[in-house]
Amino acid sequence: MNAETLTRGPYTPKEAVARLRRGDLGAWPVAGGLVVIAAVFGTLNEHFLSPENLTNLALQLAATGTISLGIIMVLLLGEIDLSAGSVSGLCAVVMTILYVKQSWNPVAAIAVALVAAGVIGLLHGLMHTRLHMPSFIVTLAGLIGWQGLLLYLLGQGGTINLPFDGFVSKLSDTWLPVWPAWGLVTALIAGWAAAAVIGRRLRRAADLPVPPVYLTVLRIGGTAVLLAGVVTVLSADRGVPLLLVLFGALVVALDLVLRHTVFGRWMYAVGGNAEAARRAGINTTRIRVLAFVLASVLAGFGGILAASRLSAVNQASGGSDILLMAVAAAVIGGTSLFGGRGRPYAALLGILVIQSITNGMLLLNVDSSVRFMVTAAVLALAVAIDSVARRASTR
Amino acid sequence: MFSATGITKAYGAVQALDGVRLDLRAGEVVALVGDNGAGKSTLVKVLAGVITPDAGTITVEGRPVRIATPQDAQALGVSTVYQDLALCENLDVVANLYLGTERRRWSVLGHIAMERAAHDLLTSLDVRIRDIRVPVAMLSGGQRQSVAIARALIGEPRLVILDEPTAALGVEQTAQVLGLIDRLRDRGLAVLVISHNLADVRAMSDRVVVLRLGRNAGEFRTAETSQEAIVAAITGATADER
Repeated sequence: MNAETLTRGPYTPKEAVARLRRGDLGAWPVAGGLVVIAAVFGTLNEHFLSPENLTNLALQLAATGTISLGIIMVLLLGEIDLSAGSVSGLCAVVMTILYVKQSWNPVAAIAVALVAAGVIGLLHGLMHTRLHMPSFIVTLAGLIGWQGLLLYLLGQGGTINLPFDGFVSKLSDTWLPVWPAWGLVTALIAGWAAAAVIGRRLRRAADLPVPPVYLTVLRIGGTAVLLAGVVTVLSADRGVPLLLVLFGALVVALDLVLRHTVFGRWMYAVGGNAEAARRAGINTTRIRVLAFVLASVLAGFGGILAASRLSAVNQASGGSDILLMAVAAAVIGGTSLFGGRGRPYAALLGILVIQSITNGMLLLNVDSSVRFMVTAAVLALAVAIDSVARRASTR
Repeated sequence: MFSATGITKAYGAVQALDGVRLDLRAGEVVALVGDNGAGKSTLVKVLAGVITPDAGTITVEGRPVRIATPQDAQALGVSTVYQDLALCENLDVVANLYLGTERRRWSVLGHIAMERAAHDLLTSLDVRIRDIRVPVAMLSGGQRQSVAIARALIGEPRLVILDEPTAALGVEQTAQVLGLIDRLRDRGLAVLVISHNLADVRAMSDRVVVLRLGRNAGEFRTAETSQEAIVAAITGATADER
């Protein structure tokens, strides 16, 4: 008798407007921002939208974007990881020392460095959960301490170069030829479409409301067009960089884990209401520790990607503004600082915004003082939009 | 079915409960009333396994049981909905209903099975929520209370304890929740409701148990009792003293 009250109605344009009014903006403001940025820099400098520059942009965003993914893992719990930059640098140094100085196999060196990052994350997580130290302080100590350890390990020299044609450097100098790149895109879209079709069948079999076809088609088709555009543009230069593929795979994998596994569900639950999660029998301590471990491992991997691009590690590895840009990217992409809201795609969108601004300003020969101020304005704007949306949605 | 006798609990010098008796039967709604500090919350916490009493016995179907932890209570089929509801506002209704007891296979969530079962459960309780996949933050107070109560039914309990279920609700939403409590009774559950609102108590309960200063201060069949008699028992002014 009341079954129709539970049915999800068709997603009409009217409802879409209502959602926007409620503050459920999703990724649209950021996507709109990206279009504006592309238009502005594209008109100011004809080189900005060239395949060569966009390829460079793709290379530049992978490392910081990966670190930003890790930041999102702790932001989802309403915590913060200030040590991500230092950990990324330290991890890169550990890998380089094992690989270059100790002549280890590069894959083993990367694996050990990532395990080291995991141990650091475990330490942070245990200090936060067992000793009840605020994550801000734990990771602030990490920010300073791991930077110190990095300097200590580097010693007097201060710089270690990676062999240019070695495995690690090749990571950022490998390009997907045209056909494998198209194959990858086709496989991704086909896989998604298949999952959508099967999902619809299962929902219909279970007599559950099914989202309208045009919405699903629009979403998958839109992504297909977007990916095709990316591959076309990048193939016009050197090809799709492996670095971008690695970063993209991490984003997609983490998003699937967060949305479709018990671990992901519990991450959102702990971030949304830790007390409710605890009473529901969820081991919140374990979830928190795991989040810190994930954050540090992702930071470490980002550090290795950065070292690969530079073909060296030095005293500035993981330093300067990397951490701040990673946090800013996560927030600009739509991750809430209060926990429980945000998706891994935020790292991709946010870092695209930040890196586009940086890249465009450098092309225009704008001083980095102006660049910082513009980035700050974008960050403030993004958080302002988020806060207003939050207030609108809780009203 | 559930029977507690001689329950005693002291916090230091404060005697919170002093030999309290409480019987709960399947298919019956019992309202637990009393002034502030009468021991209502303490008694509920004893049944929910949050605290252990200093003395007293609890029997289920005539067999004595020990409720030392919330898990013990859960295993005996006691499900408690606290006043703060303990919902994750960022998660949708389905996720909240199954929080901590997600259906899964190799840790991959069974979205469709959970949504189907959630849909059926809410329909059987006549809970009206237009879209059960929106975050709980978007729901009204009455809908949230309904979700919290529905969630208490996921583990197939025998006794559901509700702490002030109508305290924060408006008139229409209160009516919704009272209707929901009726349907819990129809399902053959034992229901224990703490309430301050005597109008609601009269509307929903079969029996009223009054506590005063940690002791039993009266027990009434709701249908045969006037509100004045209940108030008198709560305040300690018995009819013949007046």
